[in-house]
Amino acid sequence: MKTGGSLSIWFFIGISLLVNGLLILGASIYQLFYPPQQEVALFHLHAGVWWGAILTIIGAAYSFYYAPGKGRI
Amino acid sequence: MIATLALFDTQRLVHLSTVDLVIIVFYFALVLAIGFYLKEQANTGEDFFMAGREMTAWVAGLAFLSANLGSLELMGWAGNAYKYGILAAHWYWIGAIPAMLFLALVMMPFYHICRTHSVPGYLKLRFGESSRALASVSFAFMTVLMSGINMYAMAVVMRVVLGWDIHVSIWISSVTVAIYVALGGLRSAIFNEVLQFFLIWAGALLIPILGLVESGGWSGLKARILQNLTEQHVANPGAYTHLWSTLGDFSKNPMGINWIGIVFGLGAVISMGYWTTDFLVVQRVLSAKDLRSAKLAPIIGAAFKMMVPFIVILPGLLGLALLRDPHTGNLLRLVPGNLAWSDAGRAQGLHGFDEVLPLMLARYCGPGLLGLGITALIAGFMSGMAGNVSAFATVWTYDIYGALINKNASDQLKVKMGRWCTLLGVAVSIGTAYLVMQTQSIMDYVQALFSFFIAPLFGTVLLGMLWKRATPAGGFWGLLAGIGSSIGMWAWVKANPDAVKYVAMSPHAQEQAQNMFRALWCWVICVGVTVLISLVTKPKPDAELSGLVYGLTAIPHEERVSIFHRPIFWAVVVGAIFVALNIIFW
Repeated sequence: MKTGGSLSIWFFIGISLLVNGLLILGASIYQLFYPPQQEVALFHLHAGVWWGAILTIIGAAYSFYYAPGKGRI
Repeated sequence: MIATLALFDTQRLVHLSTVDLVIIVFYFALVLAIGFYLKEQANTGEDFFMAGREMTAWVAGLAFLSANLGSLELMGWAGNAYKYGILAAHWYWIGAIPAMLFLALVMMPFYHICRTHSVPGYLKLRFGESSRALASVSFAFMTVLMSGINMYAMAVVMRVVLGWDIHVSIWISSVTVAIYVALGGLRSAIFNEVLQFFLIWAGALLIPILGLVESGGWSGLKARILQNLTEQHVANPGAYTHLWSTLGDFSKNPMGINWIGIVFGLGAVISMGYWTTDFLVVQRVLSAKDLRSAKLAPIIGAAFKMMVPFIVILPGLLGLALLRDPHTGNLLRLVPGNLAWSDAGRAQGLHGFDEVLPLMLARYCGPGLLGLGITALIAGFMSGMAGNVSAFATVWTYDIYGALINKNASDQLKVKMGRWCTLLGVAVSIGTAYLVMQTQSIMDYVQALFSFFIAPLFGTVLLGMLWKRATPAGGFWGLLAGIGSSIGMWAWVKANPDAVKYVAMSPHAQEQAQNMFRALWCWVICVGVTVLISLVTKPKPDAELSGLVYGLTAIPHEERVSIFHRPIFWAVVVGAIFVALNIIFW
């Protein structure tokens, strides 16, 4: 879905997921090396690492696929 | 008063780290950027109020659902799942899916073909100006009042969860919504709703996944709930994990309702009224680019709506199974919000039902994930509010200003009016939030007021679309009688609580049951009065009803598309999954 300009809504969603994914991934990897004093439940599963990675991959794919100029809607 | 309040409270449920704050700030920056980017695409009335009628089925369908996924929807229904168990899922399944499919397959063609700008606009075409005036004035004012109540409730939760000052929460979120909707109109609201839909899922999906891992899957979760509730001497503990098997009797389930109320009150009237005639959600599908997209959009919305219990109801059930006091290790028992959030309640460290989702969020989410989860809650609030103000602006501009005040308003003037109405809607919402802050009982009255209109409006629109004999006089007086009877029943029970045994058919009926049965009776009265008056008054000529009524409207044949692109195919798939879910969780 284009706007009449060149940016698709899916591009905005891709950017959002990409940035959030990278921030979560970065913060969670940091916690791997410097565990917090108060751990959340199931900390050993490192949910932030794999969830951040999933969001980053999906966000990057959307951002690339719907990047401006590719004509996809 | 504002000056005496600190910006941030020291009592809070969760503490945000720098990365969490960066995620939240990035979200606000992105939604504003979208609003500014779309400003140039909102120059005509069709652009501003109808998003150019060029949305794809996916965009319209996700916005249709997202406009309903307010933060109170997320936190409130997670709280209700904690309070009532899996019975709360009825509001997502039988209380939504049949109505959404009915909208798609039966009602959408009429809305789309008559090219109305709003639901009251359809009433004008079908029944005349008096029905439109009644529906538009009641909808416009109730919408902004409800928006204000949601805003206040959201700000209270943000204070409890994050320690944010109530005024800061109200002003920052509402001013952001005002800017992006006033700039880009419905298109901006829809774009942000789709974005918010993804953020809500990204932020909330981890809770049920990790919760099921911790509790040992669905069977482990059920066993823990049964054990915990038995330990706390809660009546009918088994009823918390069964959808239908305890609905034979009002007293056998925590909601105090029976299957008649759920099936006929909720499924056949309230949800039909909300999903097919509440302009807040219908406006999203009116923006679809063609009839096939307009029919597919509610079906896509229904498919995702069926999944919402996974991120809303399941966390509430997980709260029943897993939440323990971190200091004593004892089971944590949540209490009603007014008790938990009073000074005494906060001093004792009590938590309200609506805190169950944030509590689960804090249980599993570390830095980053917590920020995304909080962003999901804020996004939910903003999508709901944007839905309210954009619908208000459209109804006010077309059905009140354009119909009653300035009938010759130009398109440019309507766009200008729409922008000002967006700001006005936000201002009235903020005013309502402050009013509720002073007098909390107003909240109950306004919520009740909103419920008075939904069921009768559905009766009027349904007869208008399916029965060509329905006359303008029948439509107006039926609607008025339905609204009047709903108010009358509500006042009767308020004045004499014993009357509940007549209105809801049982002295054991609780609040939700009363709402269901009141809706059912006022719908019956609306339909009955409409039919009776129509039979003795003169109907419109058939020629004037073309495009508005079944039997007099040529429904365009769908293009020659494969079965996988046909709305009816996907409606059957969604319907089959809906039936299966109800059987699985019987």
